[in-house]
Amino acid sequence: MRETDRSGRPIPTSVLSLGVPPLVTAHAHAAPAAHSGGHEEHHHYTTTGLDNRKIAIWAFIGSECMLFASLISTYLIYKGRSLVGPFPHTEWTNPQTGQVFKPILNIPVTSFSTFVLLMSSLAMVLALAAVQNKDNPLPANAGLGDRMLASSKLWLWATCILGAMFLACQAYEFTSFVHEGLTIKTNLFGSTFFTLTGFHGAHVTAGVIWLGTLLAIDYKRGLGPKDALNVDLAALYWHFVDVIWIAIFTLLYLIPD
Amino acid sequence: MAHDSAHASHEHEHPTWKTYKWVALWLTLITIVEVWAYYIPSFVASAAFVPSLLFMSAVKFVIVVMFYMHLKYDHKLFRALFTGPLIIAVATLLALMMLFRKFAD
Repeated sequence: MRETDRSGRPIPTSVLSLGVPPLVTAHAHAAPAAHSGGHEEHHHYTTTGLDNRKIAIWAFIGSECMLFASLISTYLIYKGRSLVGPFPHTEWTNPQTGQVFKPILNIPVTSFSTFVLLMSSLAMVLALAAVQNKDNPLPANAGLGDRMLASSKLWLWATCILGAMFLACQAYEFTSFVHEGLTIKTNLFGSTFFTLTGFHGAHVTAGVIWLGTLLAIDYKRGLGPKDALNVDLAALYWHFVDVIWIAIFTLLYLIPD
Repeated sequence: MAHDSAHASHEHEHPTWKTYKWVALWLTLITIVEVWAYYIPSFVASAAFVPSLLFMSAVKFVIVVMFYMHLKYDHKLFRALFTGPLIIAVATLLALMMLFRKFAD
């Protein structure tokens, strides 16, 4: 007789032979709709009771931690070891031309972009909360603030715009660095700086595109509680991009050589 | 079924707008203090500068992960999936720094 899981579905023999719990094998469960209302919902629950997509995004975020740790390590190892300027925090005079290069990092601009990214995280959690609470009707005396909090479109737009603003700040920073004589080939600082912040910028770009797709879905058919997990996955990715920037901002911009 | 109900309850234990507002306020305040500290030459030259900046950065990191990423309210498996690789990542970073004698500078 074949062994079955909690819901009576047969457990694959490959899993039984390994003697391991089928953590993510029950991916095709079509559980009854958790949030009823006529929607047929397909949750991908595992034997842990958790959705495998959420397990996957956390595993992905864990792997991304190691990617960024390797990039940050490289930056820190080479920090202060550039033979020629421009340097991040100190002035440098080119001995051949006599040209003076000021410290290249623009802390006010980066502080502003850090604030922008932190606020985008706030907008993202509010977007998620708005999607989760969509089925809860607003009270008759709801004010403008309550209506704003209930609007997923507003907060998704806010997150996208703030993410785009962060990218604009980064584009401005990169362009000004190149004009001031720092490229990815100039010195060790340029190589490690552009690689690390460029990778982070690429992640932010991917996040903005992801949020854009959610916004498009929201306009097309409206996001509701049944979509909360999809928004949650995007939110987790977005907050991860934010926490990585928190580390980068301190280690690259604020701590001198 | 028990797992399903546990899952559902986890999804509904998220903080409210007030909590999010306070988290955003604290994150902004800590960022202001960090940048303000950067512009005090005597503090930058002191031995307390780098540890205090690292501490403030770590606090911001933890606040975002616990409240915005809901790790404080979510299942412990997610916590393990995040903190496990994070510990490995930080340990690797420190090992590489020691290997390249960055702490000896």
